[in-house]
Amino acid sequence: MTITQKLGTQKPSWSRRGLLAVAGAGAVALALPRGAQATVQEADDFAKKLLGGAQAKAGKVQLIIKDVAESGTNEPVKVVVDSPMSATDHVKAIHVVADGNPFPGVSSWFFTAKSGKAEVAFRMRLAKTQNVRAYAVMSDGSVWQATQEVKVTIGGCGG
Amino acid sequence: MSTPTIKTRIPAKAKKGEIIEIKAQITHDMETGQRKDAGGMPLARRIIKKFVCTWNGEVVISADWHTAMSANPFITFFALAEKTGPLKLVFHDDNGEIYESVTDVTVE
Repeated sequence: MTITQKLGTQKPSWSRRGLLAVAGAGAVALALPRGAQATVQEADDFAKKLLGGAQAKAGKVQLIIKDVAESGTNEPVKVVVDSPMSATDHVKAIHVVADGNPFPGVSSWFFTAKSGKAEVAFRMRLAKTQNVRAYAVMSDGSVWQATQEVKVTIGGCGG
Repeated sequence: MSTPTIKTRIPAKAKKGEIIEIKAQITHDMETGQRKDAGGMPLARRIIKKFVCTWNGEVVISADWHTAMSANPFITFFALAEKTGPLKLVFHDDNGEIYESVTDVTVE
């Protein structure tokens, strides 16, 4: 990267401008599509957007995923929420968010009175070792969360 | 990418009030937009961004999908059996195409 090379040849006087240039180079690196990883902060922001700022409490949600993924391209995930799924007490939505993928969102599922059971399973991509979170939004507005760290040796975002 | 095909496992019959398990898989590359082709040109994002299941026209479950969903998405979910009728799975592609699978389920 030219900016850092230039800085390398300069005397190490860390001027405000120099620091800004480094920060800018970092931002460019983050914006590059390939190899870019979302940060935990981005995942937090994304979750906040999904949940409308509601605070998530631990419990009620079971996130079933292997703690060591066989392949980052196709890892089975199952989310089960403890709920009677009655007219007055049911799960409205399940959101799955990943901390370390290029984009934090995985999938959001919206339940109805016809769903019967608050349970879904699918397969997801994992770019690297990271935390996967599952959120459940209940009919009374409460939000519950489960988090699981998944170790990944072969990343699954093509590259 | 060839035209996506949908495979499903849905019981043909159910008792009223029973909760049935539905499994479905659609062949789709779920191209993330992160990859490059052999010439180094980026491959455009093309995923299924929305999934909806209806039974007799009423929504059973719907979902928003992102790029972290694996290629050839394989999903499992449930439905409450109430009335005989068509159970429809609808997948919405980024490019506007819609793929559907309809199964008639008898409720006794």
